Amino acid sequence: MWRWLHPYAKPEATYRLVDKLLPWFAGLTLISLLVGMVWGLAFAPADYQQGDSYRIIYIHVPAAIFSMGAYFGMAICGAIALIWQIKTAEWALPAIAPVGAAMTAIALFTGAIWGKPMWGTWWVWDARLTSELILLFLYIGVMALYAAFDDARTGAKAASILAIVGVVNLPIIHYSVEWWNTLHQGATITKFERPSIATSMLWPLLISLLGFMLLTATLVLMRYKNQLLKHELNRPWAQAELALDSRESAEETR
Amino acid sequence: MAFDSFSEFVHMGGYGLYVWSSFFLTFLVIAGVALETSVQRRRLQKESLKVQRRKQRLARRTQQASAEE
Repeated sequence: MWRWLHPYAKPEATYRLVDKLLPWFAGLTLISLLVGMVWGLAFAPADYQQGDSYRIIYIHVPAAIFSMGAYFGMAICGAIALIWQIKTAEWALPAIAPVGAAMTAIALFTGAIWGKPMWGTWWVWDARLTSELILLFLYIGVMALYAAFDDARTGAKAASILAIVGVVNLPIIHYSVEWWNTLHQGATITKFERPSIATSMLWPLLISLLGFMLLTATLVLMRYKNQLLKHELNRPWAQAELALDSRESAEETR
Repeated sequence: MAFDSFSEFVHMGGYGLYVWSSFFLTFLVIAGVALETSVQRRRLQKESLKVQRRKQRLARRTQQASAEE
């Protein structure tokens, strides 16, 4: 049943697949982000309580959701790397971690900028904010551990274990607004009842969510290509691929 | 359109500084990650050239050595 997956343990096959998918991801990212941002900033109505400040939601919520989504993906790659000892899964960790960390940082500072006018403070040590900050530290920890060993595979294993253990933080972030009394508001769309947001505001938010998902995927795939090349630098296919780059740039300057 | 004029759009009902700074900073962070990724690729390209040249040098040297014998 899983036969079709086997060739992708081979770096070159994985590279070819990623290379084929990347332009689609990049193109769709650009379109959905453009539509989501313009709709959210200019066409969605102002909030009756928060005025126009609520428009930060169109980056804050998608970035926060995919800071967690990227982490989950990274943990799955870590599990695959540990269980089946597949090197191409190990290499996904340094591809995902910086992108996830960037999403976490975006969620944190857009939250702070939104919090200032609405709550009157940039930061409080409340459960949601603190657990999201811990997520940032987990990402940094994974990156640091990965690079901390002379033997790269030992580093990858240590980082995988941390990534898997850190998954406990994800439900804590999600349910923090229910489990503790927090300043942060409850879930708006990620709950089982009807979303508590007007459809005229919901649509641009859903498109922004799609945009951030694709953006995260695009950045991860770009970095993953680099990882594959880095580990296969002695192989003819990787050299041919990189040589193609310099030929293209030479044609551009001509 | 939720705004009547461009200046109102920029003003964001008094929250312009907050809204635009968060969008701008987000753009900056994402551009930073993308830029770092392409710099990485360019570095790999140079590294690959070095590896290939070293291989060629080695091949030439072994050829010369066998010719001298």
